Amino acid sequence: MNEIRVDVRGETCPVPLVETRKALRGAEPGDVVEVTGSHPASMKEIPMAVEALRLELLSVSGTETDWVIRIRR
Amino acid sequence: MNDKTERVTIVLHSGDMDKVYSALIIGNGALAMGMEASIYFTFWGLQRLQKGGLEKGPLSSMHLLGLGKWMIKQRMKKANVASLERLMNDYRELGGKVIACEMTMEIMGIGRESMREEWIDEYGAVGTYIQEARGSAVTLFI
Repeated sequence: MNEIRVDVRGETCPVPLVETRKALRGAEPGDVVEVTGSHPASMKEIPMAVEALRLELLSVSGTETDWVIRIRR
Repeated sequence: MNDKTERVTIVLHSGDMDKVYSALIIGNGALAMGMEASIYFTFWGLQRLQKGGLEKGPLSSMHLLGLGKWMIKQRMKKANVASLERLMNDYRELGGKVIACEMTMEIMGIGRESMREEWIDEYGAVGTYIQEARGSAVTLFI
């Protein structure tokens, strides 16, 4: 099981969502993708994408402009 | 992908820079959220698929002979907005489909050799669009 880190701090729509998706596509089932970002809307939209993709949202932490989201593929 | 995967189909009729952004952002968003996406480039939108054409569109309003576009581009740079080239490459990487309108190519005298063919899945007409749109959860005309 691998842990994949995605840093999208300073990036704006739609890059955080797109980079998260790219990382999830490259991950193996069971791998954890950890996304660090600062774009406020993405903090709620990445969890929506995780739900739509039927993956597991492990945690969402931090503030709107400095957050970490962990997802299990 | 199975038959139940939802799809977004976009007709990009405009070649205006801001509208090309809208189409590619929505397409990328759909792919990122687990949908399939197709963009059908026609009329002024088709010109954006020509070599060197992607970033060439004017602003849909307040273009001001290029001054408005320049100002918006400065603002976008400051806000760290991705380039259209990057958005197109992301769209392709995530499996987004690009259809080029053949009739527009004939009308405008554009040959395939002047197109960014690495981006194009298919050259089609209205039937291709309808086939894509028929099974789509979302269709947009931009």
